[in-house]
Amino acid sequence: MDLKAPHSMGTTIIGVTYDGGVVLGADSRTSTGMYVANRASDKITQLTDNVYVCRSGSAADSQIVSDYVRYFLHQHTIQLGQPATVKVAANLVRLLSYNNKNMLETGLIVGGWDKYEGGKIYGVPLGGTIIEQPFAIGGSGSSYLYGFFDQAWKEGMTKDEAEQLVVKAVSLAMARDGASGGVVRTVIINSEGVTRNFYPGDKLPLWHEELEPHNSLLDIINASGPEPMHM
Amino acid sequence: MSKSAVDVPPMGGFNFDLCRRNDMLAKKGVNPPSFRKTGTTIVGIVFQDGIILGADTRATEGPIVCDKNCEKIHYMAPNIYCCGAGTAADTEAVTDMVSSQLQLHRYHTGRESRVITALTLLKKHLFNYQGYVSAALVLGGVDCTGPHLHTIYPHGSTDTLPFATMGSGSLAAMAIFESKYREGLNRDEGIKLVCEAICSGVFNDLGSGSNVDVCVITKGHKEYLRNHMLPNPRTYISSRGYTFPKKTEVLITKITPLKDKEVVIEGGDAMEE
Repeated sequence: MDLKAPHSMGTTIIGVTYDGGVVLGADSRTSTGMYVANRASDKITQLTDNVYVCRSGSAADSQIVSDYVRYFLHQHTIQLGQPATVKVAANLVRLLSYNNKNMLETGLIVGGWDKYEGGKIYGVPLGGTIIEQPFAIGGSGSSYLYGFFDQAWKEGMTKDEAEQLVVKAVSLAMARDGASGGVVRTVIINSEGVTRNFYPGDKLPLWHEELEPHNSLLDIINASGPEPMHM
Repeated sequence: MSKSAVDVPPMGGFNFDLCRRNDMLAKKGVNPPSFRKTGTTIVGIVFQDGIILGADTRATEGPIVCDKNCEKIHYMAPNIYCCGAGTAADTEAVTDMVSSQLQLHRYHTGRESRVITALTLLKKHLFNYQGYVSAALVLGGVDCTGPHLHTIYPHGSTDTLPFATMGSGSLAAMAIFESKYREGLNRDEGIKLVCEAICSGVFNDLGSGSNVDVCVITKGHKEYLRNHMLPNPRTYISSRGYTFPKKTEVLITKITPLKDKEVVIEGGDAMEE
């Protein structure tokens, strides 16, 4: 058990645009080597009122980057006199990631809503690339979702369809990736504001070979009462 | 010795070159001297009126217990305390430093310190040293915004939780919390739960031992219960007691006179060429 291993977020993070806004989703597991250090972490961090970022990779690096970007965006908002756009937020993240690429190990998905472009998702993976996408996936659990999204993603979904897609995808990845688990958190951002939702692990659908949760096998075996003694 | 073609101006920031040298030496089998670690089980919970922190009291130097009753719950501010695991010098130094910074900040602002301020100061410092300052902390306190409990890892990442454990005994203590913690515990239940978790670390982890320290922080009031539980008393003390002589014993008296000093007077011839 290596408790001195750096705190990393195995993770599955997803960002999806829909007609009118974006839905961001993430699991909640933070691991230190093989030990789960936090089973209910919040990987979707606020940058401004209308822009949020999903964090993956090293926990320390992603927290520091999002703290710096929140600070710069706050100054930018004051200087600009109006809410920052998602593109500016994503570019600030990209500048920090690219210019410090030798020292940082963090993949981020920036998503939000602004009045000029509507809902937008920008992926900023490990090297500091910035890429605008209709949907983005990241983290170790995303490997299991590329095929799923190729088949399930479609343009012009409604808010509920998009959220259901995100929850289904994160729970599929949690079923197969050891470094992802816990609960599913989603954040919906649109012109009306921001809504946070929470789906506890035992309320998620069960996939192939997953069993119903039981308290203990002894409860099932002893459910019919102790057998009378025979001579 | 050839001179380098370009003179690079000295760069600011911490120089990690010696860390690479240490890694290279370690691979060749030359290990650095061992330092005093706190092994440790440290825990914290949020209960209905505030925060309860707990810690064991064993400090180890490799396989030896060098301090059977050390203090791992450090003072940060009148309303904020911090438990430290990892290298003892690092946890002491970093909590002392941030405690001073918080006091200066209190003088500047005229207000009670907030837990999130201590958190940010600690996390910035630890991140700058990239994990080489080996301090894993459980920070807890009650301020004007309510009770807060945070864990801080050596690399600078933080988590905010209702119950937290750190140190080598963290798995044993977390097992107790995961089965028995619930929201809205009262003071006695909370202290009992924290003591159980620390005892679980004390008895099941080799790096933790001796006594249990507890610290209860509520709005406007704190209680530092040093050695709240002593589950490891010293047994097998001789019932007759020990007697020692009252002063240094005289074993032999032997007087050896020194040789008589012989005075030699030279003839008084003056020096002549």
